[in-house]
Amino acid sequence: MTSTTLTAGDISAARRGSPAGRILLILGAYLAFALFLLLPLLVVLSEALKLGLGTFFSALLEADAISALKLTLLAVGISVPLNLVFGVAAAWCVSKYEFRGKSILVTLIDLPFSVSPVIAGLIYVLLFGAQGFFGEVLEKYDIQIIFALPGIVLATIFVTVPFVARELIPLMQEQGSQEEEAARLLGASGWQMFWHVTLPNIKWGLIYGVVLCTARAMGEFGAVSVVSGHIRGYTNTLPLHVEILYNEYNHVAAFSVASLLLGLALIILLLKQWSESRINRLRHTAEEE
Amino acid sequence: MSLSRFLAAALASTLYVGSAAAQTLLNVSYDPTRELYSEFNAAFNKHWQAAGNQPVTIQQSHGGSGKQARAVIDGLRADVVTLALAGDIDELHKLGKLIPEDWQSRLPESSTPYTSTIVFLVRKGNPEGIKDWDDLVKPGVEVITPNPKTSGGARWNFLAAWAYAQQKYGSEEKAQEFVEKLYKNVPVLDTGARGSTITFVNNGIGDVLLAWENEAFLALKEEGGDNFEIVAPSLSILAEPPVAVVDKNVERKGTRELANAYLNYLYSDEGQRIAAKHFYRPRNQEVAAEFAKQFPQLKLVTIDKDFAGWKTAQPKFFNDGGIFDQIYLGE
Amino acid sequence: MSRRTSPVIPGFGLTLGYTLVYLSLLVLIPLGAMFVHAAQLTWAEFWTIISAPRVVAALKLSFGTAFVAALINGLIGTLLAWALVRYSFPGRKVIDAMIDLPFALPTAVAGIALTALYAPNGMVGQIAAWLGFKIAYTPLGITLALTFVTLPFVVRTIQPVLADIPREVEEAAACLGAKPFQVVRHVLLPALLPAWLTGFALAFARGVGEYGSVIFIAGNMPMKTEILPLLIMVKLDQYDYHGATAIGVLMLVVSFILLLLINLLQRRIQTP
Repeated sequence: MTSTTLTAGDISAARRGSPAGRILLILGAYLAFALFLLLPLLVVLSEALKLGLGTFFSALLEADAISALKLTLLAVGISVPLNLVFGVAAAWCVSKYEFRGKSILVTLIDLPFSVSPVIAGLIYVLLFGAQGFFGEVLEKYDIQIIFALPGIVLATIFVTVPFVARELIPLMQEQGSQEEEAARLLGASGWQMFWHVTLPNIKWGLIYGVVLCTARAMGEFGAVSVVSGHIRGYTNTLPLHVEILYNEYNHVAAFSVASLLLGLALIILLLKQWSESRINRLRHTAEEE
Repeated sequence: MSLSRFLAAALASTLYVGSAAAQTLLNVSYDPTRELYSEFNAAFNKHWQAAGNQPVTIQQSHGGSGKQARAVIDGLRADVVTLALAGDIDELHKLGKLIPEDWQSRLPESSTPYTSTIVFLVRKGNPEGIKDWDDLVKPGVEVITPNPKTSGGARWNFLAAWAYAQQKYGSEEKAQEFVEKLYKNVPVLDTGARGSTITFVNNGIGDVLLAWENEAFLALKEEGGDNFEIVAPSLSILAEPPVAVVDKNVERKGTRELANAYLNYLYSDEGQRIAAKHFYRPRNQEVAAEFAKQFPQLKLVTIDKDFAGWKTAQPKFFNDGGIFDQIYLGE
Repeated sequence: MSRRTSPVIPGFGLTLGYTLVYLSLLVLIPLGAMFVHAAQLTWAEFWTIISAPRVVAALKLSFGTAFVAALINGLIGTLLAWALVRYSFPGRKVIDAMIDLPFALPTAVAGIALTALYAPNGMVGQIAAWLGFKIAYTPLGITLALTFVTLPFVVRTIQPVLADIPREVEEAAACLGAKPFQVVRHVLLPALLPAWLTGFALAFARGVGEYGSVIFIAGNMPMKTEILPLLIMVKLDQYDYHGATAIGVLMLVVSFILLLLINLLQRRIQTP
């Protein structure tokens, strides 16, 4: 999932080659971009603005929409930091040490990535539902996990577990451990080494991973849908709110809230692009040295 | 660190659900009642306060009827359920032990404050000339109805078609053939009644929508009468969406009095009028007379008389291996 | 880069322990619970559930549409990656940034947007209807939704590899008299194939499990347009926990195998 930005040299070198083929390929890229990415985006905006800006904003400012936004931000605010800490720890032990079973560990970290979101919801119902493994215990102490915030947070964490770790592992492997070793030999404590040597080195990769993690956490639908209970104004996240509005003949409101999510997605893309360019700049300066 | 945060989150959310200063009431309902309960909740709150009580926060949750019942069984803390059919509420007793078996005898009219029926919604001018159930099995006619496995409304649809065919053609085999032909004409099988309406109304699929009467009227109202019209078939089914207090949850939350008052208010004149306004057929004869013009006169079969109740109908038609499965898998 | 054990670097126990505990609590134990639940079934019961015609139909549909979508992405993604890496043209940076839109966009939003686009009264749907075929509520619609959601995978896995292939190698081959297709076959293909396969497999794995974007556009007809994740939902809504977990276990095993393959492929990329 990493992309590479090219240097001017690469591009000028690429200018050579048969012009007809080049134009054809570029046109193809434009076409694919327009059909697959631009069109859906435009549909969201045009449907949202069909009845003018007034309806658009009233859909966003409606009480249920605002509480859905708050819940979404809360779920993101809890799950992303947890996954951030996990990502750093996981990347640390995977990239700095050799141990048996490492490749299995890496596969397990990746696992939630290819587990269907519906399954992610299902497993928490099996665990914490009233008929589930811990149902009776939770009932006894009157603790509610699913159909409340903890369930939504758990489902969100599950689907976003791999994101930070996945970005950091290759980056930290590439950087090696020499700088940290030097810091240690110069007498730095473990934490000092981490704060002053490691963190600055992985800063942008970390931001990149957090950005991806946030995007997915904000938009998760299937897993959250299973554990939400759909109590309007209380356990509906923004994507679920979109579904509800859509199912209420409130087409325009659904697309208005959808365009809010689209706006957030575009901001995320900008942040991603920015952190990515910082990573590449760091790489290039490292290579030049 | 993460663990303590986690616990804090868990704690915060139990508070979040359990101990708001004012009493809260969660009504877990099925798809088409969204608009009805939005209005009814406001009216009830007024009534409740007029009786000298604190204002209450009434929360709503909507979805396919079976899905909603399952969520309550899995621990969604509904104070009351207002679902599409008695069969789904029966599961709360059977699987969840949340209510007693005789829940239906605790409120008047078999715990069903309003009824509805199944009608056809067709496109303006009725281009396919759809008048009765027979027109739905003609080749080339596209019928929209949700999946009876997950949707309560769809089960009423199925049984209405079955009742018609059985009366007209005289045997169960003939009825099964008829219904099989009908489902061959279904291009989209949504999980809930509302999904089907969206498919028909907004996405322009199909020639006829089998819908709750209230849902069909609502579609006319929301989308304007210019694009659709309602066709009443010669025979349909009396759809009875019941309501119940969920004992286990109201005991835990101390909301029994509130929940009882809430459901009883559905039977009051005002509650009945609100239901009628949202195109549910009121039980109260006086209110029904006020709104008589609104509802077409139909010959209606009932689940208890013609199908021996949900306890028989559900396994026979809709459980795994039932008649609906035979129809679908027989293809 | 050499990776070696550095005794001077602290934190092995802490980080590994934390990783294992976190992963176990949030991922492994919950997933294990599903297996435990499914283990209440005998093999025969398990087999009856997953070999029921409706499940088999959903299985074929989910894997079939995900495969075709991954294949379409294999083509379009390669084209996009190639154009983005090799050529400079107006809007290249914007397109490059926007490739990740399907990752950042909530799947429900993608779902309603694509349905609005491809339904018979939608922009593209109207054209299709005029040409005499349907997109939404058919496997074609599902395939298109999956193509959208998984679009970034192939592009993003191929891009860095493509950028790393020195142009000189291709040019040298051309100078030595290799025809363009020979350059492709002997130089580009071997270099790109592992990355391409990884991207393909990632897209495929994601596509099989995808739910949010598909349910709006699928039509959800048993035997015809009902995907596996939806079938899990349907079983769950019918109080059929065993059915739901059995299908869940099946999907999980398949995705785990896919993931192992992906990791093997990635190792091949990293150590050529």
